[in-house]
Amino acid sequence: METLKFDLDTKPLRDVNQFLHGDADSLNGKKVVIENPNGAHNVAVGLKADVDVTIKGHTGYYAAGMNQIAKVTIEGSAGSGVAENMMSGVVHVKGFASNAAGATANGGLLIIDGDAGLRTGIAMKGVDIVVGGSVGSFSAFMAQAGNFVILGDAGEGLGDSIYEAKLFVRGTVKSLGADCEEKTMNGEDKQILADLLKKSGHADVSPDSFKQYGSARTLYHFHVDNAGAY
Amino acid sequence: MCGIVGLLVKNPKMRDSIGELMLPMLIGMTERGPDSAGMAMFTAPVAADARKFSLFSGISDFNWTKLGHDFEKHLSIKAKIEPKDNHAVLTTTLEPATVKMWLKEHYPQLHLLSVGQLMDIYKDVGTPAQVADRYDFKNFKGTHLVGHTRMATESAVTPAHAHPFTAGEDWCLVHNGSLSNAHSLRRKLEKEGIEFETDNDTEAACRFLQWRMREGDDLKTALNHGFEELDGFYTLLMGTSTELALVRDPYGCKPAIIAEHDDYVAIASEFRSLAHLPDIKNAKVFEPSPKEMYVWKL
Repeated sequence: METLKFDLDTKPLRDVNQFLHGDADSLNGKKVVIENPNGAHNVAVGLKADVDVTIKGHTGYYAAGMNQIAKVTIEGSAGSGVAENMMSGVVHVKGFASNAAGATANGGLLIIDGDAGLRTGIAMKGVDIVVGGSVGSFSAFMAQAGNFVILGDAGEGLGDSIYEAKLFVRGTVKSLGADCEEKTMNGEDKQILADLLKKSGHADVSPDSFKQYGSARTLYHFHVDNAGAY
Repeated sequence: MCGIVGLLVKNPKMRDSIGELMLPMLIGMTERGPDSAGMAMFTAPVAADARKFSLFSGISDFNWTKLGHDFEKHLSIKAKIEPKDNHAVLTTTLEPATVKMWLKEHYPQLHLLSVGQLMDIYKDVGTPAQVADRYDFKNFKGTHLVGHTRMATESAVTPAHAHPFTAGEDWCLVHNGSLSNAHSLRRKLEKEGIEFETDNDTEAACRFLQWRMREGDDLKTALNHGFEELDGFYTLLMGTSTELALVRDPYGCKPAIIAEHDDYVAIASEFRSLAHLPDIKNAKVFEPSPKEMYVWKL
């Protein structure tokens, strides 16, 4: 496989992103390494080809945002909004991720090896997210679809005003948000969880060590008796 | 927006180059705060009976030498004046209340930025690079510092509205965020006899902490009261004679990132201001949790 190297110390980020936005046929199957990101914003955003991008260091805001098809690996930590609105493909953060990781993402797989900040998976719409560490408060707020696996703990208000989406937590949950409740894990759910653990490098972790949470569906329609919960 | 930076140098050999280490940190936060910048620098202390007064004139051709002569003549006491453009540091053994009264009477146009044994403050409008160049930030020598780049959202762009703000000797604060109850806090604090210099929301937070500490709170207790009473978004970075302290609001709305290394502790709004620091690859880089107080001592 052909590997192309870009050094952000010498190459403007816009040039690198424009290269990555080139004709999909010419990019498919290529490996791209980006060195010295040094916390720059918008690294490898808007990719839409079958390209494998490795970022050697910490990224700033919105890294790999809007990703489609591509695989993006961040060998460091990511700033706010990593993989926000991802459609497909894989984004793998080897360090920690700041706030709003995977926000509004429609599809694909977001793997965070370390901790993730507040509002992880906010308004997720079909993405699968696996966090190796713990997540901050208000994660999965208004989550609509997808699966969210947390190997560590969850902060306050997990799954507040959740529509659908399956949340799996191995550690403790500080508090559940409005209309989020513990669910009984059925065989299908366990299979989803086991597959995601395997795909994200946690094959050794037993799905039985997780609890599942989801929507109680009492806030789907306005009901005056629920006014206090809105 | 707004950017904050803090640097505490643990390795004594690196303290003479703290200015050089900090400069790219401050300039790295230009996009977050292009309209003003400021820096509180903690240097070696002056003599035990002396104080430094950081003064701001607003005009570049201010006659600082004359002020020094007038001071010594009127008050029959030695004073050292070290001008840097429209700022100057006046060092004297005269007690602060008398110095303040004399300044008010003879130089009412001057703004007193800070009083202390270690801390000098420089703040002005302009890009961080321009402000740093004007006051020669690069050649600062000292133990720790607190800096700010401002993008004004709620009050005017003037040197007085720039950060850091001070509350007492050798104590300063910078803020990234906005407070929605700054005016009601101000009305409450003015009733307690706390004086304000500007209508800036950060000053309200600063005066609130000043009031709590006047009432006997230590910094931690004062900040716990702050979590209850400050309504809005904030990352606050504070400097004292021996430490840096950081808090984020309970919703983690405003960012901060920390790099702890054997030689230094560096804090910034974003990693891009830390990327250039020596041996950063071996530093412990992490994001502070909301509503927790982080303190680093010299």
